[in-house]
Amino acid sequence: MGSLKTFKPGGVHPAENKLSKDRQIEILPIPKVAYIPFSQHLGAPAKVLVNRGDQVKAGQLIAKGEAFISANIHSSVSGKVKKIDNVIDTSGYRKSAVVIDVEGDEWEDTIDRSDEIKKDITLSQKEIIDKINAMGVVGLGGAAFPSHVKLMVPDGKKAEVLIINGVECEPYLTSDHMLMMEKGEQILTGTKILMRALGVAKAMIGIENNKPDVIEYLTELAKDYEGIEVYALKVKYPQGAEKQLIKALTNREVPSGKLPVEVGAVVNNAGTAYAVYEAVQKNKPLFERVVTITGKSVKNPSNWLVRIGTPISDLIEAAGGLPEDTGKVIGGGPMMGKALTSLDVPVVKGTSGILIMKEEESDREIIKNCIRCSKCVSVCPMGLEPYLIEKTVMIEDYERTEAERVMDCIECGSCQYTCPANRQLLDYIRLGKNIVGQIIRTRSKK
Amino acid sequence: MNILRVSGSPHVHTDNSVNKIMYGVIYAMIPAALVSIYFFGLSAVRVLLISVVACLLVEYLIQKYLLKSEISITDGSAIITGVLLAFNVPCNLPWWIIIIGAIVAIGIGKMSFGGLGKNIFNPALVGRVFLLISFPVQMTSWPVPKPLFTKAVTDAITGPTPLGALKGELYKEGATIQKVMQDGITYIQDGVEVTYRIPSYVDQLLGNMGGSLGEISAIALLIGAIYMLFRKIITWHIPAGYLGSAIIFSGILWLADPSYFIDPLFHLITGGMMLGVFFMATDMVTSPMSAKGQLIFGAGAGILTILIRVFGAYPEGVSFAILIMNAFVPLIDRGFKPKRFGETVKN
Amino acid sequence: MNDVVIFAVASLGAIGLIAAVILYFVARKFKVYEDPKIDEVEESLPSANCGGCGFAGCRAFAEAAVNQGNQKGNLEGLNCPVGGNDVMAEVAKILGLEVEEQEPLIAVVRCNGSFTNSPKKVAYEGANSCAFAHSLFGGEGGCPFGCLGLRDCVVVCNFDAIHMNPETGLPEVNDKCVACGACVEACPRDIIELRPKGKKGRRIFVSCMNEEKGGIARKNCKVACIGCGKCEKVCEFDAITIKNNLSYIDPAKCRLCRKCVEVCPTNAIWELNFPPRKPKPIKPAESEKPTEKKETVTKETVLDAKAKDKDNRPEKPGTGEESGE
Repeated sequence: MGSLKTFKPGGVHPAENKLSKDRQIEILPIPKVAYIPFSQHLGAPAKVLVNRGDQVKAGQLIAKGEAFISANIHSSVSGKVKKIDNVIDTSGYRKSAVVIDVEGDEWEDTIDRSDEIKKDITLSQKEIIDKINAMGVVGLGGAAFPSHVKLMVPDGKKAEVLIINGVECEPYLTSDHMLMMEKGEQILTGTKILMRALGVAKAMIGIENNKPDVIEYLTELAKDYEGIEVYALKVKYPQGAEKQLIKALTNREVPSGKLPVEVGAVVNNAGTAYAVYEAVQKNKPLFERVVTITGKSVKNPSNWLVRIGTPISDLIEAAGGLPEDTGKVIGGGPMMGKALTSLDVPVVKGTSGILIMKEEESDREIIKNCIRCSKCVSVCPMGLEPYLIEKTVMIEDYERTEAERVMDCIECGSCQYTCPANRQLLDYIRLGKNIVGQIIRTRSKK
Repeated sequence: MNILRVSGSPHVHTDNSVNKIMYGVIYAMIPAALVSIYFFGLSAVRVLLISVVACLLVEYLIQKYLLKSEISITDGSAIITGVLLAFNVPCNLPWWIIIIGAIVAIGIGKMSFGGLGKNIFNPALVGRVFLLISFPVQMTSWPVPKPLFTKAVTDAITGPTPLGALKGELYKEGATIQKVMQDGITYIQDGVEVTYRIPSYVDQLLGNMGGSLGEISAIALLIGAIYMLFRKIITWHIPAGYLGSAIIFSGILWLADPSYFIDPLFHLITGGMMLGVFFMATDMVTSPMSAKGQLIFGAGAGILTILIRVFGAYPEGVSFAILIMNAFVPLIDRGFKPKRFGETVKN
Repeated sequence: MNDVVIFAVASLGAIGLIAAVILYFVARKFKVYEDPKIDEVEESLPSANCGGCGFAGCRAFAEAAVNQGNQKGNLEGLNCPVGGNDVMAEVAKILGLEVEEQEPLIAVVRCNGSFTNSPKKVAYEGANSCAFAHSLFGGEGGCPFGCLGLRDCVVVCNFDAIHMNPETGLPEVNDKCVACGACVEACPRDIIELRPKGKKGRRIFVSCMNEEKGGIARKNCKVACIGCGKCEKVCEFDAITIKNNLSYIDPAKCRLCRKCVEVCPTNAIWELNFPPRKPKPIKPAESEKPTEKKETVTKETVLDAKAKDKDNRPEKPGTGEESGE
């Protein structure tokens, strides 16, 4: 097989801990009350369309994304709108959301609920993008960028290849893994749809080598799909990051500050491909997704198909309840996930997993002086110097922070993960990014 | 249930730590220490102990009474400085000179900059060079190795190092490398004429020659270096740059005039070359951050070492070369950045 | 021997002469005219270079003052908050102008979410920076508007005027404050406000920034403003407005009658440096505790701090003049 493809420079290999591997996707019972935030995606929040007391069905549009970068929100349950209120979400702040009292499980009639796999694509390029927009599909890898925006190639640029991200480089998480195992045909059809929407003839599916079953299965299936190829990648974090995956598969580097389409590539998550399939072929809006619930202390690490808006406490219950010695609950994986402040946080479109960490795992260790070991420099996938950025932020020399290209940072956390002196590199880099971002905005206004 | 913790990602951390790195270096120095004990006997143990204890004590006292900061002597860095300082002195050095060396190394070389991670120069080398300049006689009287368990001549016999002997002899008129190698050198010690023969390459590799404690055995040092490379405590860049440039530069000289310039292999396995390349130039704190910078740093130190050895006043140039390059580290860090991902060429 | 001496003196002298001539012409050529008043004004300023006036430093302020004085003939909009009225009067004197008296300001921390009032619900670990914590989550006590307690304001203060109280976890401003506004800028949640110092240091303000609905706000913090509007009704001077569930007292209109303090059901309104009043009629049981808390925190600690401060009052002119007991 030779050496596997991967990206350069940098990267780390944290303990994989894929505890919920090989656990089939189960269906989580519908919650009693669903909390559906209006801002589940990157960009402007959607504008609410329902009022208190309205009856809604699962799949009904309840908030419309009106801005260019925004996405529609659909109800995930049927029932009555209890109120429109502020609900704490993954950001740690209360954001406005629809609260629905669940009654039964009635779906919109337009949704095709059969198990039949529809492979024929009948819609045109424009129709597909409109459909994806209407069904509120966003990137399911974590950042939740509205998918239809991604598919609209800017004038003067040309997409050459579609990359499907089946890397799942975050430790612990297995939702994409199981989805690819169970819904292979659908994902490949979804890939075909995305290829048509972009007008490209070639698609590459990148999967890390720690999932040999998926690689074998999809390679076999892909023989029936023209233009789709499956690639095994070396296990290295953060391979699932857009720019790193493009580098790994095509050996092209997205220029600093530019979009991937600059080098002719568009990246979509495997989960997104599945959501696109459901939206286009089955008319089903994005209102449920696969979520991994995992952690070393969790009784039953597993993968669940969850309705958007389900409080994560339901999910934790399903996995055997919250362990006694819980120190941290993380929305997402351990490298890039957000620590949650409450168990009432609802599952949103971007929630790929819930990770529960024991108390002794959650505390940070004592911070020491930087010993200039240069580990952070060698693992940075963007070729930055995290130690230097940290220093410039600490002394508030933000001009230098900007000159050291803090805005290129993808916040993968490799530097802080690897720092033997336990320095809080990413904390300060994020702070620097915030401040430099503000400086750039005020400068461009002038 | 306790209250939940909140912090920024990442939420996991490698099990590597400063302490593990430091103790890794200490383990890597054990073979060289054992070899020195084998060749120099209890006097080597004496120097090692005095030096390590003095370094720990100086760091402890400074942190406790001068800086009033947390005591961090358990992190292993003071032990490394102590061992390296001992490795860099002859085994018959009086105890009080060793202590002065420790005070200079830790007090001036390290703590005056703010402790571990802040120092510009390698502390052990600062101590060593200070001693070399202040006590040149004591620092350059090299006891002849007297392997353990062998009945050898008395302790007091000293002799030159191969490098020193060669350099001293080559100043004389009509001397060529070949002649020195064959005949050895003769000098008067205590009224007796003594002949010193340059040791064979095998002896040099094993360490059976005069010199500082730790520098004698290239093999033992290489074992330690391989251990450090394996544990990823050091990367290959600095040693490669250092050895590469030293070999190339001394090779050019050797090819130009083999009767006056000795071959590269001699340069590599004598003196403090191996010790400097793998244990002192690779000191994380005082070396550049980027891979490119590390290569440049190593290359600079290699050329400087050979320059000083061949053309300088001292027979040995490793310490000076590394210290000089240490001073260039901030400049190298500025000039040789890692390649940014997706960097566009500026017009 | 003599030759050497003569040669040395002559050559050195020649070099010196040539250099002097070059320097003279260069200095003539590149001379920049500068109003001597700028130096004078700068000298009269406190040279704290704090930026409280809105300029990059005292020199920049002096230049601006002289320019505006020359062009417009007034000093409107220019004020050195550190120096206060005395310094501004002096600046005006140098420029031959007059300047209006400005009311001295002081920084006020508008949050009372101490450890007891707003107990920790989560524990934060990470960079010691309010700005970063603000971008990460709502706050340990759950209030997304309250103080994060990570000392951004304390770090930026050049005047040793703001310190954390370890018991409450909140910053407290002392009389060294010169109202330069550095802490106001630094606070990511805009909790700190510059308000008039008030006669005898007396001031009344709403010590809360929470714009959430009353119920949610109260759940996270016992002394949150719930926007009930009682204070607005009781105020006879139209000084109080309620916006986004939050009451705000306009210092320009407030006459310090203290009626709002009495009616506030959550004790979110603070009075500082007032003489103790007669014991209040007992309030409903639930708010008893906060009342007690408030009495101890606001008055005694502040008065205590004042008493201590009296001994080492800053020597800067114009600070702390009005806050006599």
